Amino acid sequence: MPLTSADFAAIWLTLQLASLTTVILLIIGTPIALWLAHTRSRLRGPIGAIVALPLVLPPTVIGFYLLLAMGPHGYVGQFTQYLGLGTLTFSFAGLVIGSVIYSMPFVVQPLQNAFAAIGPRPLEVAATLRANPWDTFFTVVLPLARPGFITAAILGFAHTVGEFGVVLMIGGNIPDKTRVVSVQIYDHVEALEYAQAHWLAGAMVVFSFLVLLALYSSRKSHTSWS
Amino acid sequence: MNLRARPFIPCALATLLGCIAFTSAQADEVQVAVAANFTAPIQAIASDFEKDTGHKLIAAYGATGQFYTQIKNGAPFEVFLAADDSTPEKLEKEGDIVPGSRFTYAIGTLALWSAKDGYIDGTDKALLANQFKHLSIANPKAAPYGLAATQVLAKLELTDKVKNKIVEGQNITQAYQFVSTGNAELGFVALSQIYKDGKVSDGSAWIVPEAMHDPIRQDAVILKKGEHNPAAKALADYLKGPKATAIIKSYGYHL
Amino acid sequence: MTSQINLRLQHRYPGFALDLDLQLPGKGVTALYGHSGSGKTTCLRCIAGLERASQAYVQVNGHIWQDSQRNHFVPVHQRALGYIFQEASLFPHLSVRANLEFGLKRIAHQERRVDLAHATELLGITHLLTRAPHNLSGGERQRVGIARALLTSPKLLLMDEPLAALDSQRKSEILPYLQRLHAELDIPVLYVSHSQDEVARLADHIVLLNDGKVLGSGPIGETLARLDLPLARGDDAGVVIEGRVGNYNLNYQLLTLQLPGSTQHLRVTHASMAIGQPLRVKVQARDISLSLNPAEHSSILNSLRVTVVSETAADNQAHVLIRLDADGTPLLARITRYSRDQLGLRTGQLLWAQIKSVAVLA
Repeated sequence: MPLTSADFAAIWLTLQLASLTTVILLIIGTPIALWLAHTRSRLRGPIGAIVALPLVLPPTVIGFYLLLAMGPHGYVGQFTQYLGLGTLTFSFAGLVIGSVIYSMPFVVQPLQNAFAAIGPRPLEVAATLRANPWDTFFTVVLPLARPGFITAAILGFAHTVGEFGVVLMIGGNIPDKTRVVSVQIYDHVEALEYAQAHWLAGAMVVFSFLVLLALYSSRKSHTSWS
Repeated sequence: MNLRARPFIPCALATLLGCIAFTSAQADEVQVAVAANFTAPIQAIASDFEKDTGHKLIAAYGATGQFYTQIKNGAPFEVFLAADDSTPEKLEKEGDIVPGSRFTYAIGTLALWSAKDGYIDGTDKALLANQFKHLSIANPKAAPYGLAATQVLAKLELTDKVKNKIVEGQNITQAYQFVSTGNAELGFVALSQIYKDGKVSDGSAWIVPEAMHDPIRQDAVILKKGEHNPAAKALADYLKGPKATAIIKSYGYHL
Repeated sequence: MTSQINLRLQHRYPGFALDLDLQLPGKGVTALYGHSGSGKTTCLRCIAGLERASQAYVQVNGHIWQDSQRNHFVPVHQRALGYIFQEASLFPHLSVRANLEFGLKRIAHQERRVDLAHATELLGITHLLTRAPHNLSGGERQRVGIARALLTSPKLLLMDEPLAALDSQRKSEILPYLQRLHAELDIPVLYVSHSQDEVARLADHIVLLNDGKVLGSGPIGETLARLDLPLARGDDAGVVIEGRVGNYNLNYQLLTLQLPGSTQHLRVTHASMAIGQPLRVKVQARDISLSLNPAEHSSILNSLRVTVVSETAADNQAHVLIRLDADGTPLLARITRYSRDQLGLRTGQLLWAQIKSVAVLA
C-alpha cells in the first residue's frame, strides 16, 4: 500500500475537520445569509464585504492574523486563557475556527443567493397564513433554498479539505491534531518524497473532481417561484 | 486607421525583442535562489557585490526543497544558495550544476530562543525544566535546522518527554514566527534570525554548542543555467572573499 | 360599533407619503380605488402589518392590530387576516392540497369556520388538489390562492388587485367566484383595484385614493355619482344601482329591476331570475339622455322620472355632467353644454332620463 498510516491519519483528520466546519458554517452561515439577503440596513455592504474577504485574501494573511489573535497576546487568546481553555493555536479547535472563517464565503454566498432568489414574497405569504418566522423558516425557506444548502455544504466541505495556508500558519503540523492532507502533501514534497506526494495529491484531485461533478450534475433546472 | 496601425505592431515587437536580446547579451545579471534564512545577509552582500563588480544580483527567497523542485523543472536560476548541503549534493549527482562549483558558504548556528526576556538564561536549563506548553522547531524532514533541533533533543534525552509539545513550522521562518508571536514559549531557530551586530537582539536565547548536532552546512552551487554567465562565477568568488565572509559571520553564521 | 374598520395611517417614503384616516364598514366589499402610485397597495400592506407604518392605528372589528401611540403592533402571523397577492404566490414546493392546508393547519379547530371541502367547492378547485402549482393556469392558481387565504378563517380579507396579473378571459373566469364569495361569506373584504369594472361589480363601498390621500369614501352608488370626485368627470363615468328583481317576462326575456325605495323600475334583457333576487347594474352617464317629456313611441325601454340635483364641468368643454335623483337613487348624465342650455336645466327641475342601455353586473 503506497499510503502510510500517517497519510491515513491525515485523511481522517481532514474529513473530521471538513465535516465539523461544514456543520458549524451551515448553522452560523444561515442567519448571516438570511440577514444579508433581506436587510435594508446600511451595514449590509460592510458585513457582506467582511464575509467575502477570505475569497480575496491570501490564506497566509488570515493565518497570520489568526496566529496573532489566538496567541497568548491576542484578544482571542487572552479571552480563551481567561476562560481557562489556554490558547487555540496548534489545536484542532483552532483549526476549526480558522476553517470556519476561511470557508465562510463559500457557504454564506450560495445561501445568500438562494435566499435572495426566494425573495420576500413567500415569507410574506407564510406570515399571512399564520406561520411565525421560525415556522416559515423550516416549512418554506428551508425547502425552497434546498439547492442552495446542498451547494453551500459541498463547497464548504471541499474548500476546507483544500485548505492549506491557514492550517500551515496556525497548525504546527501535529499528527492527529493539525496535520491535514494538504500539509502532509507539502511535507512529502518538501522531503522530496514524490511517490507519496503523488498518491495523496492524486487522491485530492479525484476527490475534488467528484465533488464538483456531483455539484454540477445536481444543478438541474430548479422549480421556479410562481 | 487600420492601415496606419498595422506597421506599428511589428515595429513595436521588433523593438521589444531587441531590448530583450540586448539585455541578455549584456549578461551582467545573475539570478540567485536563496534559502530563506539567508535573506538578510545576501541583501547586505548584494549591495557590496554590485558596487564592487558592476554585476546585478536578482534574488528569489524560498524553501530549499521547493527550489530543488523548481530547478529540476527548468527554473531560470543560475546560482543556488541552499539551506543545507544535501540538496546541492543531490543536484551535483544529477548533473544539474557546473562541475566543481559546490562549496560551503556558511555554517548555520542553532539557537534555542524565547521572545520573553530572561526565559532562557543562556543555557539549556529552560529546556530541561520542561515547563513550557509548546516547543517550536522547523520540519526536520525538510529543514536542516529542524533536523539539528531533533538531534539536540535526542542528545539531551528529551525526545520522548517533549514529543507532545513539539509544533512544527514548515520552515525555519515559520518556526521563528511561532515563537515571536508567543504561541510557542520557545523554539529552535537559526541564530541568524535573532542575531544582529554580534548579539541576540530580542528576547532570550541559548546558542547551542556545535558539537550537539551535525553541522548545518549551507552549500552554494553554480547551476547549469549559469555556466556561461560571468556574473554567476563572480558571485561565487565574491561569497568566498573576505568582505562577504565578514558580513556572513556578523549574522551569526560561522565558517 | 365593533363591526367597523378604523384606520389611521401615516407612512413616509422618499417621494411618497401616505396619510389617511378612514372609517370603513366591517362587512361587505370595500374597494380601494386609485391610479398606480396612489398608495392603495401600501395602505393594504400597512393594514396587514407587512409594512409597519410609522404612525398608525388599525382596528378591525374590535381587534386593535396596531396602535403606534401605545407602541402596540401585532405581528402579521397573529392577525386573523387573509391576504391575496397580485400573483397567486403559491408555494412551489407544495401540492395544491398542501398549499391549501398550509394556513388551515395553523388555525385551532374551534376557530375554523371554513373547511377544505367548502373552500374548494366555492372556488371550483376540487379537481386540482393533487396537482403541483406549476401545472395550473393563472386563473386556477389565483383561485387556489384565494381558497388558501379563506381557509385561515380570516376576520378580514385583503385583496391586492387579484385579477391584475390575468388576461381578460381569466378575469371573467374568476369574477363570478369573487361575487359568490361576496354573497356567501360574511367576511369583510378590502379590495385594491384600478379597474372601474371590477369595482362596479364587486364593491359595496369605495375609497378613492390619490397621492396617498383619501379623495372620497362612501357607499358605491352615491360615491360614483359624486360630482366633486374625478370619477364622475371621465368618459367612463356612471353609477351602480343595486335593486331587486320585480318580475320577469319570459316571452321577451325582459327582467324588471325595482329601484330601492321606489316604484320606478328598470327593464333589462336577462336570463330568468327569481323575483326578489338582488341584482346589480351599471348605468353609464353617456347612455342617459334627458327630456322634458316622458318618452313615447320610442325603442328606448327605460325612462325614469328624475330631478336635477347639481351639475359640473366634464373633462372637456363640450360636455357637462348632471347629477340626478330618481326617488333616492343617484344617477349621472353626461350631456352637451348646448343641450343643457336648450333645456334650460336648473336645480330641482323635474325631468325624464332616457337610458339607452343598462349593463347587468351581477
